Amino acid sequence: MLQRNDVEHLGLLARIALSEEEKDEFTSELDSVLSYVSEISKVTTDADAVPLVGELRNVMREDDALNPGGEFTEEILKNAPATEDGYVKVKQIF
Amino acid sequence: MNIDPTTLTIRAAGEALRNKEYSAVELTEAVLVHAKKENVTINAYAEFFDDALEQAKHADELLKNGKGTPLTGIPLGIKDNMLMKGKLATSGSKILEGHRGVYDSTVVAKLKEAGAVIIGRTNMDEFAMGSSSETCAYGPVKNPIDPTRVPGGSSGGSAAAVAMGGALGTLGSDTGGSIRQPASLTGIVGLKPTYGAVSRYGLMAMASSLDQIGPFAKTVDDAEILFHAIEGFDQMDSTSVPNEHPLRTKGALKEKLTIGVPESFIAMDGIDEDVRANFRATLEALKKEGHTIKQIELPSLPYALSVYYVLMPAEVSSNLARFDGIRYGLSVEAEKLIDVYMKTRGEGFGKEVRRRILLGTYVLSAGYYDAYYNKAVAVRRTITRELEEAFKGVDVIATPTSPVPAFKLGEKTDDPLQMYLADIFTVPANIASIPGISVPSGTVVRDGANLPVGIQFMAARFNEEALFAAGKSVEKTRDDIV
Repeated sequence: MLQRNDVEHLGLLARIALSEEEKDEFTSELDSVLSYVSEISKVTTDADAVPLVGELRNVMREDDALNPGGEFTEEILKNAPATEDGYVKVKQIF
Repeated sequence: MNIDPTTLTIRAAGEALRNKEYSAVELTEAVLVHAKKENVTINAYAEFFDDALEQAKHADELLKNGKGTPLTGIPLGIKDNMLMKGKLATSGSKILEGHRGVYDSTVVAKLKEAGAVIIGRTNMDEFAMGSSSETCAYGPVKNPIDPTRVPGGSSGGSAAAVAMGGALGTLGSDTGGSIRQPASLTGIVGLKPTYGAVSRYGLMAMASSLDQIGPFAKTVDDAEILFHAIEGFDQMDSTSVPNEHPLRTKGALKEKLTIGVPESFIAMDGIDEDVRANFRATLEALKKEGHTIKQIELPSLPYALSVYYVLMPAEVSSNLARFDGIRYGLSVEAEKLIDVYMKTRGEGFGKEVRRRILLGTYVLSAGYYDAYYNKAVAVRRTITRELEEAFKGVDVIATPTSPVPAFKLGEKTDDPLQMYLADIFTVPANIASIPGISVPSGTVVRDGANLPVGIQFMAARFNEEALFAAGKSVEKTRDDIV
């Protein structure tokens, strides 16, 4: 059973602020979804099943510069909330 | 010159343009006028692009110089989660308000190359999470067939745009049914291609092992035209499958198909009786056409939805970590960095998005990873193998697309699990990386309204051809379906 403090912990892990009311709402909603999806434990599967999506092949390219440095900087920085001298500006990282 | 966007197909418009019955500019103007009028009620479009007529003029140039393609001059809409250089792209979320694409998605670049006219971006459930397009931060989308009902989701805007005559075709994205389900609810065709058939470069990722871009159109033929225009290997998407890959080679398709029906799956609770009856009537009509209906057993298929609601939130929690108020979009002011993250994401993401991120975080966290995520990966493999086996004996597998016809706005928003059950028939295709199509198969009556219903076909990887064949057969017999 999912508890309220589990949801608080998840909020912190996912960096999402939750109101007190939301913590309660999400606890019951997530618990009901988790109960439903837990049915997968009933399916017999291979112990060493390897994930199988897409095709296995080497997609690495040569380590060459694809474009002149700074070509897209202005365009990209237009979206940034705060910039300075061509850098994205952030708060001090503790 | 009479242009009726509500009945005009891409095929017919292409011919008319080549025969100079009207110009691309005239066609675009006609579609735009109609689209803008309908959009007031339907809210299919988040924005109409002011360079649409410029694009149309360019298309007329291409046609004049004999450089036209089947899509030259054709007005199309693109879902708001696909980047276009310089254009707003918000994925239906407040957290990306004001955000502009820095490059063209590969699919958009291909459409532009073909001379298509992209007239606007369409509304969607926030970050493609939903089956009703009600969680769009820029207003819910209404169903053009009955505006008190939802068009389905998450590509509801793209579906509604075509259904209302506001585009001759659109692109959507499908992670668990987000193209096929809205196609079913609005009475049009929607295709989810094989995973790896269409490049995801420029598509804002929801669940990277499940997402695919695909077309909406009025007819299977039109959907096929759009599919061929956007498919193909792309160096920028390493999950796209190379064109020479053996997987892509298919044997010749028989004229009469063997259609597999997973009977016990269709017979389960929670499926609307009228939807079931329509499905059976459609199968009868296909039998009369000379196709063979074969009952098959797919015992692991009912678990696909649970597998999906473990894997998808897990991938979502990872993919949406980039929305942190630092490089783009909304940034909520706070004293410390961690609070910038917490507040930006707490305020910028809607409830459903936050719900799924928390769910994903849980199933990936220490102590639960094995029971949930790893187990889901293993069950995914079981489901994939089961379907691969089944396709050795049948050409396509048929199910209803959606267990219910279009529901009322607000009807399923209180119970997330109720909403998730809408995906029961569509998620298996994403789980198994196979293609699926929804084709209109008639209507059911609900509160005096005739609501569209769709039949879904699935096929083995890279066998979209079988889907088009089955779909065209349904189109031929549609008048016979009671």
